[in-house]
Amino acid sequence: MSYDQIFHALGLCVVGAPAVLFTILGLSSLLLYRSLPERTITRISQVAIMTGLVASVAILAMMLALGRRHVPIALGTWVLIPHYHFVVKFEFDRLSVPFAILTFVLCGTIGAFASRYMHREPGYNRFFVLYSLFVLGMIVTSLSGTIETLFSGWEMVGLSSALLVAFFHERPAPVRNGLRVWVVYRFSDAALLVASVVLHHLRGGGDFDKFLGSGPWPDGQALVTGYEALVVGLLLLAAAAGKSALIPFSGWLPRAMEGPTPSSAVFYGALSVHLGAFLLLRVSPLLELSPLLCFCVVVLGLSTALFAAIAGHAQTDIKSALCFASLTQVSIIVAEIGLGLRYIALIHILGHACLRTLQFVRAPTLLQDRRILENAIGERLPRMPGFWERKISERTRIWLYRFAIERGYLDSFLNDYIVAPFLRIFQWCDGFERRSTDLITGGKSRESDRTEPAPGPLDELL
Amino acid sequence: MTDLHLPWLEASILISLIGSLIVSRLRDSDEARRWTLCFSGATLVSSVGAWIDFHELHVLQADDAWHFLSYLVGRELLIVDQLSAPLLPLVALLFFLTTLATLRTKIRRFSFALTLLSEAIVLATFSCKEPWGIIALLSIGTIPPLLELINRGKPIRVFAFHMVLFIAMLVVGWWYVEVEGGAAQRVHSLWAIVPLLIAIFIRNGIAPFHLWMSDLFEHATFGTALLFVTPIVGAYAAVRLVLPVAPDWVLRSIGLISLFTAVYAAGMALVQREARRYFCYLFLSHSAFVLMGLEIVTKTALTGALCVWLSIGLSLGGFGLTIRALEGRRGRLSLTDFKGLYEHTPALAVCFLLTGLASVGFPGTLGFIGTELLVDGVVEAYPYIGIAIVLAGALNGIGMVQTYFRLFTGTRYTSSVSLQISPRERFAVLALAALLLVGGLAPQSNVKSRFDAAEEILIERQAVSGGPPVEHESEHGHDDHGEPVKAEEHMPH
Repeated sequence: MSYDQIFHALGLCVVGAPAVLFTILGLSSLLLYRSLPERTITRISQVAIMTGLVASVAILAMMLALGRRHVPIALGTWVLIPHYHFVVKFEFDRLSVPFAILTFVLCGTIGAFASRYMHREPGYNRFFVLYSLFVLGMIVTSLSGTIETLFSGWEMVGLSSALLVAFFHERPAPVRNGLRVWVVYRFSDAALLVASVVLHHLRGGGDFDKFLGSGPWPDGQALVTGYEALVVGLLLLAAAAGKSALIPFSGWLPRAMEGPTPSSAVFYGALSVHLGAFLLLRVSPLLELSPLLCFCVVVLGLSTALFAAIAGHAQTDIKSALCFASLTQVSIIVAEIGLGLRYIALIHILGHACLRTLQFVRAPTLLQDRRILENAIGERLPRMPGFWERKISERTRIWLYRFAIERGYLDSFLNDYIVAPFLRIFQWCDGFERRSTDLITGGKSRESDRTEPAPGPLDELL
Repeated sequence: MTDLHLPWLEASILISLIGSLIVSRLRDSDEARRWTLCFSGATLVSSVGAWIDFHELHVLQADDAWHFLSYLVGRELLIVDQLSAPLLPLVALLFFLTTLATLRTKIRRFSFALTLLSEAIVLATFSCKEPWGIIALLSIGTIPPLLELINRGKPIRVFAFHMVLFIAMLVVGWWYVEVEGGAAQRVHSLWAIVPLLIAIFIRNGIAPFHLWMSDLFEHATFGTALLFVTPIVGAYAAVRLVLPVAPDWVLRSIGLISLFTAVYAAGMALVQREARRYFCYLFLSHSAFVLMGLEIVTKTALTGALCVWLSIGLSLGGFGLTIRALEGRRGRLSLTDFKGLYEHTPALAVCFLLTGLASVGFPGTLGFIGTELLVDGVVEAYPYIGIAIVLAGALNGIGMVQTYFRLFTGTRYTSSVSLQISPRERFAVLALAALLLVGGLAPQSNVKSRFDAAEEILIERQAVSGGPPVEHESEHGHDDHGEPVKAEEHMPH
């Protein structure tokens, strides 16, 4: 058996394990009248994650032993017609392998944590179906060798994230926040899709080696002009901004904390929120061609970091504080990428993701930890005024506090200047259509106007 | 022309017609449904037979065997070709599953005889390439929904006004085409083109000619409205009647207006307060996608449009059946509050998500590659404005999840009766979901067949309107990156 065949078999295991996990859990919830027992779900998840992890570590070991920096694994041409092809290809290199291993390690940890945290929760099966979709999306995104494959994984991550935010769907707040997350993700996906189409037209295909060069990451030389790099790069930056909650899309991140703690930890604290930075790292050869693009990336990163640092200081619950701390670090990572510090950015991602996962899973026991600490030192934890607190005037501090507590007014800005005018225009059009059909009908034309909102259980009882 | 091995086309139409006659005589609704299922099932078998038979023949188009109809009317009326071959089983499947998933509470309201009659008409339309035949069938096809509206005492003015205008424009337009030398004539005046355009706009619900569709969803039964719109016969009329005779600038204009409609309908779907109207606008946005791709007349866009045609037929068919199943339990569904139906019908919730995601081209579903190809083709034709199609797709995705949340989440609805999905409904939505997933995970054969159909459409248009010849690229090879390879490169050394 040649090394290439071993690489191919291991690559199949890395991608296949989460795919099989999602298929089993998804089909069982669709076809069976009763969901699988908790123990079975946990076992299947553990086996799949361990298989993927062992295979990806084996690939890393072989790459190190053989001195290979780039192992492309093509799983075949999915669609092939003249002028269009869709190749399912995965790339194992210095960027994707650490990211895949990180995904398996953190998802495995959180899977084990969730099997206890979610015990006897009515949506236990639903949680693990979405969890498996998330793992699959993360692995496909991190290993993708074409922008179309990356887009597929990107969408899976988006859908699973939005549905997990709305996990506790009996209450309206998580559902509204889930929808908000989905809206931002859809626009982020749209930007990525447009970038993919533009690349198709520029290079005749979405294979990364066609426009990023065939050199192993991060040494590739992009095969497009500076202007083309700027256009595609800005689209990808918009996609990354949506996924990593950079300005002006930062509002969705604290809202995403409505989901169960395990999903908050692994998605918004550790993995999902880093996907934007990962995308920028993947296309980093493009950044080299356009100083203006690099400037935009750095400015966006630094401004988001500043905003997140200020907003994080005023949060009153631990998960929101942690998510802004997370956003601060992600923004700094983005700025590092813009400055060309790719290995530092990668190491920063790996370290930050692990630390933040730990902090998130410890979050529910924060008060207990604090009490233990205070008992140990025998007094209340001292609270000293910080450096800026002493330097800044009270008036400025109040202004900053309001700015922070309102989360930079970003959500209000998007609501007032984009969403509300959009809805008003279409509501006016709806009214115009109503008047038109009323005119032709010669009376009230809409039966649906008589559809009353469904009565709640209490109304029915009364 | 090559013949099929059996008269599949005539059989499928005749079975539905005979079924319609027999069922119309039955008074018992339960019995009517059973018989409708039998006839509709037989029609499905026959149309699948036509598809497989045609596929095995490896020809561009084929006649029915034994030529009964040709013997009667003196010319070949029913033909199956690359375009229509998969549309016939799609139509038959939609009619069969809609009948199957009709709840006992709804069978008195839903006319099974008219449903079978509609099925026969739609199948005949998709089997016909004769312009006057298509016009006649499209005109007759408007009668069953109209009869239902009249029978139920609902207002008919909006629907009737639009359909009368549609038929008049079709007849006037094609009459002018014939007066000016028929389809073989290269250039036609606006007197011929504009009426045809208006007719196509009306039947496809292109803004501002779309009011009849929301009105139909308001007043007809959901099943009837669903079956009248989901096969998208208006797009078929566009391919057969407009594409061969319209100059390029007209087609590009249709494409742009369709693009506007796709965005407009996607935006309108977001502000709807009732589930049927939401579905109507979601469908309008998607059917505008199809028409836009068809009128761009490049291979990529045409292939994408034909793929999307099939995928939205299946996905929005399933999506509509899911909403219809929910309506059967809760009555008309307001979207202004949370219904909390998830715990009662998790399978319906999953099917709702699955079919909805397939309609917006989610990866791994049938719509994914089609949407990619369509976006590619549209952006190629309209480099800046074309990006609006991506916006429309994003809005449709947002609307779909918003509706999912409205219907399935919220405080659990308490009911004294079980709201579980029935085995029949389960079979119907799972069958559609399975087709969407299988087609999405193994898309090559579908995309290749739609590419062949796109080539045929372009060649037919070329034969009529002149211009550089269109080569059959699918007969050549292509390398791993989809670039065409000349025939001699394939020859052995």
